[in-house]
Amino acid sequence: MKANPRAVLAGAHFLDGDQACSEGALAAGANFAAGYPITPSTEVVERFAARIPTVGGIFIQMEDELASSIAILGAAWGGAKSFTVTSGPGFSLMMEHIGLAAMTETPCVIVDVQRGGPSTGLPTLPGQADMMQARWGSHGDYEIIALCPNSPQECFDLMIDAFNLSEKYRVPVMFMMDECVGHMTEKVVIPPADRIEIFPRRYTSLPPSEYRPFQPGPDGIPELVKAGDGYRFHITGLTHDERGYPAMNWRAQEKLVRRLVEKIRRHSDEIVLYDERDVEDAEVIVVAYGITSRVALRALQMARGEGIRAGLHRPIVVWPFPEKRLRALAEKVKAFVVVEMNYGQMMYEVERYAAGKVPTLLVPHGGGTVHDPADILKAIREAAR
Amino acid sequence: MPEPPTSTQKSRKFRGVVHIDWNRCKGCGFCVEFCPPKVLALSDAYNAHGYHPPYLTNERGCTGCDLCGLYCPDFAIFGVRVPAETAEVEVPASEG
Amino acid sequence: MSASPLVESPVNPVEPFLRTERMPHIWCPGCGIGTTVNCFARALVESKLNLDKVAIVSGIGCTGRVAGYLKLDSFHTTHGRAIPFATGLKLANPNLTVVVYSGDGDLIAIGGNHFIHAARRNVDLKVICVNNFIYGMTGGQVAPTTPVGAVATTSPYGCFERPFNLPYLAESSGAVYVARWTVFHVRHIARSMVEAFHKKGFCFIEIITPCPTLYLRRNRLGDSLEAMRYYKQKSVIKNSASTKDVDLGFQSEIVVGKFVDIERPTLLESMDQQLRQTLKDRYAGLGGGA
Repeated sequence: MKANPRAVLAGAHFLDGDQACSEGALAAGANFAAGYPITPSTEVVERFAARIPTVGGIFIQMEDELASSIAILGAAWGGAKSFTVTSGPGFSLMMEHIGLAAMTETPCVIVDVQRGGPSTGLPTLPGQADMMQARWGSHGDYEIIALCPNSPQECFDLMIDAFNLSEKYRVPVMFMMDECVGHMTEKVVIPPADRIEIFPRRYTSLPPSEYRPFQPGPDGIPELVKAGDGYRFHITGLTHDERGYPAMNWRAQEKLVRRLVEKIRRHSDEIVLYDERDVEDAEVIVVAYGITSRVALRALQMARGEGIRAGLHRPIVVWPFPEKRLRALAEKVKAFVVVEMNYGQMMYEVERYAAGKVPTLLVPHGGGTVHDPADILKAIREAAR
Repeated sequence: MPEPPTSTQKSRKFRGVVHIDWNRCKGCGFCVEFCPPKVLALSDAYNAHGYHPPYLTNERGCTGCDLCGLYCPDFAIFGVRVPAETAEVEVPASEG
Repeated sequence: MSASPLVESPVNPVEPFLRTERMPHIWCPGCGIGTTVNCFARALVESKLNLDKVAIVSGIGCTGRVAGYLKLDSFHTTHGRAIPFATGLKLANPNLTVVVYSGDGDLIAIGGNHFIHAARRNVDLKVICVNNFIYGMTGGQVAPTTPVGAVATTSPYGCFERPFNLPYLAESSGAVYVARWTVFHVRHIARSMVEAFHKKGFCFIEIITPCPTLYLRRNRLGDSLEAMRYYKQKSVIKNSASTKDVDLGFQSEIVVGKFVDIERPTLLESMDQQLRQTLKDRYAGLGGGA
């Protein structure tokens, strides 16, 4: 289905990443957001709060991130398309409800505009150290999808993808921005509503007597209902059977949790998204995401200038990680250079898929500012030796 | 000779009956305690879980008020009013 | 009227509301939660609500299991967070009657922050708080409602913290309907529930209930029947009581009644009014409602 023209601010704008993210949510049809102020993410909900009453929908500032992260789930079960926004400390608080969303297969988007951490860290400065947390932060086994924009334009475009993925796979989707992308202002072109494709919520057409809330379809994903339509369904965070009733035994656990995990793993080929530059002849491939990928481009330029055949692989969907592509690239290159604004997180994924065939060099950075391209170049030179 | 009746009033007698789900009961005793006409008691028999469910000690005494049903935490008992025949009783005015 | 025949296979009034395939429930013999469910079922019948539009949200704990046993759109959420979930649900679909049915630990300890804010905002929720003075499901730990001196596993030498006075907390946070009953007061509970269903705003009903396995046993208070006798004997109905004065002590007098019943705009009403006023014809509404 197409986007709602009332929600889409079509045209060319000069927006920062936070603002573009908000516009992306609106364009995707989000009509409910609950949030709590936290730098550097607050502008996303501030803009949504200002825009949504003129589009039709609700923003509510809840008393904390615990409330925000579950209010969006309640709203989803009431039929709304919902999201919340936070940064590191709030992301930590939201972990339990990310698990609840995964367990109950509730579609929603959680935006994390990453800042320097750990703990209170550097509220106004960038970081990329929540990447593993996005994947593993909540307890138990589950899979989520995470996207990583590297420009305000992508903050708009990929938010729509994020919502579409959450609806298609009935899974919470993490939108991993960073303070740099969030606060940089660039041209953002918003297409007219009829050129924006929205994946509709997968409501069932079965009558209440036949519908089972967690009976998967052939793709491993069950159909949804919402409260108030006479289905009298039950949703719980406990391990449950197809009826949604608690089933406290290892068989139900195996059946349910395996499906939750396979739901994403089986479809990773369709979900995975990446961008590449100059990899065809590359001897060294730089792996970078978010703002770091743009800094890496400068280093690439410098490297090529020195005659090093360097290329860039930029995961856009970071979870599931582009395993197949990395394995394929590992056959062709001398080394990977992973550049990230942390002390090593996605590096482990790259190293794993390099499978010992080629070395993986890390160019870490504690955050607070972006890398110096010279440091990346140094590593590229090292990798090319 | 009895005096001729000076007024009549209809009197409706209700009976009540309880329905007991024998195996749901956990013998807590609420129904026995709070039955207003006190016509319930825990039986000596056991159900499948080893509890003593209640029984009606006096079938004519139950009014069908369903307080037992309201109190029962295990949804094991409820009462229903069973309307009996209406009886027209002639009552002398002095006793009205 | 002539005699009518006996009703063929009469049904327990609570039965149509139960997910019978999940019976028997997990509550202990003599636990009062089931009794509150009877009151709830009768209140639903009497209030003539469209049951398809009634949603029930629970947290974690023994009372939290109520959602799973009722044949309504029901949600068993995380510990302490039933109220914010219910807030999102209600905001997304204001046509729903949203009931929050949970225990004292869930609603007031871990959920305390959400409780006071929802009351402050006057979110249109019907909050039924089953108070058994203890954390039952996890084995009998001290709760913010445990009376001073009572023994629990995490205060084995007697509780030394002053407990919350729940009606006072609810009223001072802004609840528009505040009542307390014990589970002995079955008809009053049902009546309060009916009133709450028909009232707009944050309604709070505290129901004092025995936990025979943990609270009563550890404190040598006998079985549930004895607790019920205590409730009957020691409770006093004072509808006009000030909530400030209804603190509970260990086996003390229990002041019950409907303490607060006032009117003020709900969250949605205030939100709608403010936005309409400010945005005028640019206002596009709150987007919800099925």
